[in-house]
Amino acid sequence: MALYKPVVVQTCPRLGERITQDTVYWEGYKAPIQIKEFGAVNKIDFSPVPPRNYAVTASSRIHIYGRYSHEPIKTFSRFKDAAYCGTYRDDGNLLVAGSDEGIIRLFDISGKAPLRQFDGHTKPVHVAGFLSDKYRIFSGGDDYSSKLWDIPSGTEIVSYREHTDYVRCGCASKVNADVFVTGSYDHTVKLFDARTKSSIITIEHGQPVESVLLFPSGGLLVSAGGRYVKVWDVLKGGQLLVSLKNHHKTVTCLCLNSSGQRLLSGSLDRHVKIYSTTSYKVVHSFSYAAPILSLALSPEDETIVVGMTNGVLNIKHRKPEEGKEKSQKKRQPAYRTYMRGKTYMPKQEDFSVSKPVRRALRKYDKLLKSFDSSKALDAVLEPSIRLHTPEVTVAVMQELHRRGTLRSALAGRDEKQINLLLTFVARRVIEPRFTSILVTVADMITDIYQPVLGQSAIVDRQFLRLQEAIGKEIDYQGELLEVLGMMDTLFASFAEKKVTCLEENRSNSPTEIIETDE
Amino acid sequence: MVAPAALRVVRCGGGTIHGARAVFSADSKYLLCASGDFVKMYSVATEETLRLMGGHADLVTGIQLNPHNHMQLYSSSLDGNIKLWDFMDGIPIKTFSVGSKLLALYALASSEDSVFVVIPKSGERDTFQLVSVKLTKTAGQDVEAKELSVVLDGVGASPKHIAFGREGQYVASVKEANLQVYFFKQKQLNRFSVNTTKTKNRNSQFTCIACHPTEDCIATGHADGKIRLWRNFYHKKEYTFSTLHWHHDIVMDLAYSVEGTSLLSGGVESVLVLWHNESDCRKDFLPRLGSPIEYISMSSDGSLCCTLHKDNRITIINSNLRFSKSIQGLIKSIDVKTGLVVDPRTKALVLNGEPGHLQFYSLQSDQQLFSLDIVQRQYIHQAGLKQADLVKVAFSARGEWLATVEEREEAADPELQLKLWFYDEETQSFKLNTRVNTPHEDHITDMCFRDMGELEDDSPILVTAGRDCVFKVWVMVEDTDPEAQQSVSWSCDFVGSYHNYQATNCCFSEDGSLLAVSFEEIVTVWDSVTWELKCTFCHPPGKIRSICFGRLTCSKYLIGATDHGFLCCWNLLTCALEWSAHLNVLVLQPDPLSEHIAAVSWLSKESSLFVFKPNEPRPVYIQRNLCKEKILLAAFVPRDEPEMTGSEKYLWLRSSQLFFLTDTQELLTLSTRSLEERLTPSSKQLAIEESLPVTPFSLLLGKHRHQQSQEDTDLGKLVVHNKHEQDSPAVKELLHTPAHVLPSASFLCPIFINSLLISKENKSTEEVADEVEMESEKTNDDSDEERDVTEMEQEDANPMDLLGEMTCKLSKSQERELRKLRKMDYSWISAF
Repeated sequence: MALYKPVVVQTCPRLGERITQDTVYWEGYKAPIQIKEFGAVNKIDFSPVPPRNYAVTASSRIHIYGRYSHEPIKTFSRFKDAAYCGTYRDDGNLLVAGSDEGIIRLFDISGKAPLRQFDGHTKPVHVAGFLSDKYRIFSGGDDYSSKLWDIPSGTEIVSYREHTDYVRCGCASKVNADVFVTGSYDHTVKLFDARTKSSIITIEHGQPVESVLLFPSGGLLVSAGGRYVKVWDVLKGGQLLVSLKNHHKTVTCLCLNSSGQRLLSGSLDRHVKIYSTTSYKVVHSFSYAAPILSLALSPEDETIVVGMTNGVLNIKHRKPEEGKEKSQKKRQPAYRTYMRGKTYMPKQEDFSVSKPVRRALRKYDKLLKSFDSSKALDAVLEPSIRLHTPEVTVAVMQELHRRGTLRSALAGRDEKQINLLLTFVARRVIEPRFTSILVTVADMITDIYQPVLGQSAIVDRQFLRLQEAIGKEIDYQGELLEVLGMMDTLFASFAEKKVTCLEENRSNSPTEIIETDE
Repeated sequence: MVAPAALRVVRCGGGTIHGARAVFSADSKYLLCASGDFVKMYSVATEETLRLMGGHADLVTGIQLNPHNHMQLYSSSLDGNIKLWDFMDGIPIKTFSVGSKLLALYALASSEDSVFVVIPKSGERDTFQLVSVKLTKTAGQDVEAKELSVVLDGVGASPKHIAFGREGQYVASVKEANLQVYFFKQKQLNRFSVNTTKTKNRNSQFTCIACHPTEDCIATGHADGKIRLWRNFYHKKEYTFSTLHWHHDIVMDLAYSVEGTSLLSGGVESVLVLWHNESDCRKDFLPRLGSPIEYISMSSDGSLCCTLHKDNRITIINSNLRFSKSIQGLIKSIDVKTGLVVDPRTKALVLNGEPGHLQFYSLQSDQQLFSLDIVQRQYIHQAGLKQADLVKVAFSARGEWLATVEEREEAADPELQLKLWFYDEETQSFKLNTRVNTPHEDHITDMCFRDMGELEDDSPILVTAGRDCVFKVWVMVEDTDPEAQQSVSWSCDFVGSYHNYQATNCCFSEDGSLLAVSFEEIVTVWDSVTWELKCTFCHPPGKIRSICFGRLTCSKYLIGATDHGFLCCWNLLTCALEWSAHLNVLVLQPDPLSEHIAAVSWLSKESSLFVFKPNEPRPVYIQRNLCKEKILLAAFVPRDEPEMTGSEKYLWLRSSQLFFLTDTQELLTLSTRSLEERLTPSSKQLAIEESLPVTPFSLLLGKHRHQQSQEDTDLGKLVVHNKHEQDSPAVKELLHTPAHVLPSASFLCPIFINSLLISKENKSTEEVADEVEMESEKTNDDSDEERDVTEMEQEDANPMDLLGEMTCKLSKSQERELRKLRKMDYSWISAF
């Protein structure tokens, strides 16, 4: 004798990206916090020491935010014009920033007024940073020069005039205290050694360089400019390792995660892409509301902060690990209760009688088992099922259709229930996986309730909504077909060999056409 | 040299077991039922087939226990004979030939020496009468029984249409809308009809009848699902009836419990309903029995009941309406859409089983191995519902993967699902791996896996051809998803089409390098690596019906059959037609283990078989007039070990056996062996004491035996059979020699076992000598003898067995002599 077989609920695999470990990791952030700044956020820098405060440079201010505070805990506003590139020193005590007036300012985190002012650039300074010996500052300005400054004396050590366009980005090596890199709009990235008079390596990026990044090992250099992110091997004298073209607008910022396994790039196309540094494949991507200018990741990837052109600062905190202790505490009395007598070892002469396993059936299955079609449909139209798992509702409708009792289950309902049904159908009928059965349901409802049409305003409105939804979908499918036709002509103009590829495309694209007479 | 026996068409796969009501033996330990031309005896406890009683030449239509001797069984058949069997030993005692077709059989305790049968009325078509047959007690095996007396005229042909009332006082019969009751003593015939009550409803016709065992009450089942209980039917006018209604469709059978307190009914819904006290309000159900109930029968002690189902199944049910056991034969579905497929792992035949299930049917044991639920949906037993059904099945070469296609016919578009199942070694069953909704936009016409060579460890490839003018290639892809439970899944890799023709067949070459897909009239050949179209073949007129590649030495040939009666063979190297023959081929089936290809043709109402090798147009073997029915499907099943046939002619049958399925759902095969060789008698030993109810005599006998054994032990002897002890010096020596001087046990063992064997000659003399010997001993001897016989019969007997070795060397004539001897041996029992 066969047992009752529950209704099979068709689950659809989630389309698009596959769930990988990276997806799980990078999706593990809470809902973002948005803070409006005064202008475009051009630099975000995390303090290397705890508490992980971060400096946000926007307009003519640098705000310091605490880890979880949504208000700046400190503000440096001694700039006459826009400030650029507020960067922490390795010990987190000092902060350097360039400015539009060409002056580089050095701040103490605890103070307000700048400790030093470095005068020398004639044009705005967009890049400034500390070398890893903590006592020197490098800078690059729109006057095509990059300079090195001594902090104790506040004087210029050396000035390099090798770039032929604005210097807009730079980075200091963490391994060697004398080495730093600058990128310029003249399409080159230059590697300087403070001990020599000229650059040691010049790398041709091909586009105006927006951001450069040195790997912690110092061996690899990443440059971003135009739509490209390029990785270079410095130790081989600047050989191109890989060129990534995953954005469709200019890449503006680069960032490594704490482990150095993932590279993040932000772009004006409003996306942040995450690459694996072993395979250089995109493993995940975030999308944002506005073009991205700056991006920073806190140590241990606790927080992702993204600054955008519209001055919005987007902060995402990682979700805390699930508290395991709490659940265990809850279980303890239950464990004792259920384990009563379980530790008894059966003796040889004992005869063990096992309890028959009871199968738990869902409510709609119980009703279907006893052939209560109408009640089963009611059960799956309850809000919890209808809203969260529409596939269950549709599966039960399909089962009723298969049993030939769908019409009688739909019939004999009052205004409220028809309203409910029609709302559901109008909302879901355009989903391809539900279309076939919901079109049947819609047909039946119109058939059954045609005589009473016009008696209830609510129901009439729902019918109109259904008509509208289907009309829209038909238009949409028409457009899709047009696009497909255009693509077909494009593919047809390709070589003969591509014919098979075209056919594959056809099989994958959604070409169902809903045939309705509503 | 003995001339090779001619090839014969043999029916296999068991007969329908729902030909007549099943009967429980008196002690409810055995279940007897009619199965085609045979009567089968099953053990209730273990479900195994204990006896197969053959002798009737046509379908068995009724079986009844002899009411005066519960060890005997009457059976009636369409061949006009009533046979009396001793079912414990499986031997026929007597055959009564009546002379006309027997459609049903009833035996009553009250009628001394006669049974009742339903026979067609001579001279009139479709009119039947119930007659009582006097069974004479003359000696001899074959007895003429011509003393017929008509009891009732114009009865129904089905055994369900007649029932005998309380202690055989009356007989009730239904036909269409009429109920007639005949009282034996009063010789009075009362007629009732339901037409008077419901004239408009045609469906209130009678379908079955049952009589209350102790009261004067008749229960009738009707086509509209109602059950009527008739009382006071002594009066022609003042009769009464009450109605019970639960079934929504025809009531197929009714049965009263032994005491008559409850009534069982069953029908198309496949629900067994138990009505308590004949009231409408108190009833119990046993739902989801799998398929429509055909017959219900109760055991005489009321502890068990069994239902016979349309799909060749017997369900045994406890008295408290709990499902207990089921015995499953080959399910014969109306339409075998999947074709005959052989499971490479179990060598079982795979075809449509229960609706939505795939049955794995073992040909060797004539048993269903298991049934795999493919559709996984609740089956609703209701007429007119369009249910999802299985249409295509394919196994990968080693049986690791199973692909199934199910479809549900709908007005707009068919609901199609392609499922791929992986064989799980741990659970020893198939597990669903991938489900593809709507793999094609129209019906799938064919499906095949790429056969991998033994050495190649390539991932399998599946090809499906559809009526939507494309064929699709499905490949296995590794899943990178860490949360998914399985590491592989299937996805579409390539879609090919040819000039918008419907794809009808697909087939891979033996090495898997080429794929042939037929598009209506054209065969296209594709490279299976790059999926490039290599060449096309066409032989107009006529669409391609089936295609296959040659194997082994003939792998350069491609064979195609068209529906305009041509069989074509193309050479793949020259891309030219090698030969063609004018033959209306219905089935084209290559043998997986040899070059041979079997083609079954249908010409002027008879099927013929042609076996050929692709490299020559002359067939190797022709068998005209294979059978009268149309053969729809065929399959080569590899043999476990190659059969040794002397003749060159039957060389093609060496490695595989050919099976056919006809349009009447008859499973046929070709065999060179004669019928006697095929029927190996069962070696099961039945202890008769077990089936004897405890009588004062048996108690006495038991006590006597007990005492005897007590005496034996008192004397210090071993409880070994007297007879054995006397005539075996080996045993004596073994027992009397001190243990420390004995040789090793392995040396003694064969001597000891040989000494226990009973030679035939002295047994028969002994049997004659002491007839008063206890019954138990007799059965021991019988079974011993039987065991000997089976050992002789079995070809694959243990080589260590001396006896088996000897018989293997026997010539055919000697064997025939032996068989004759065996037949003669049984004669003393019939005389008894």
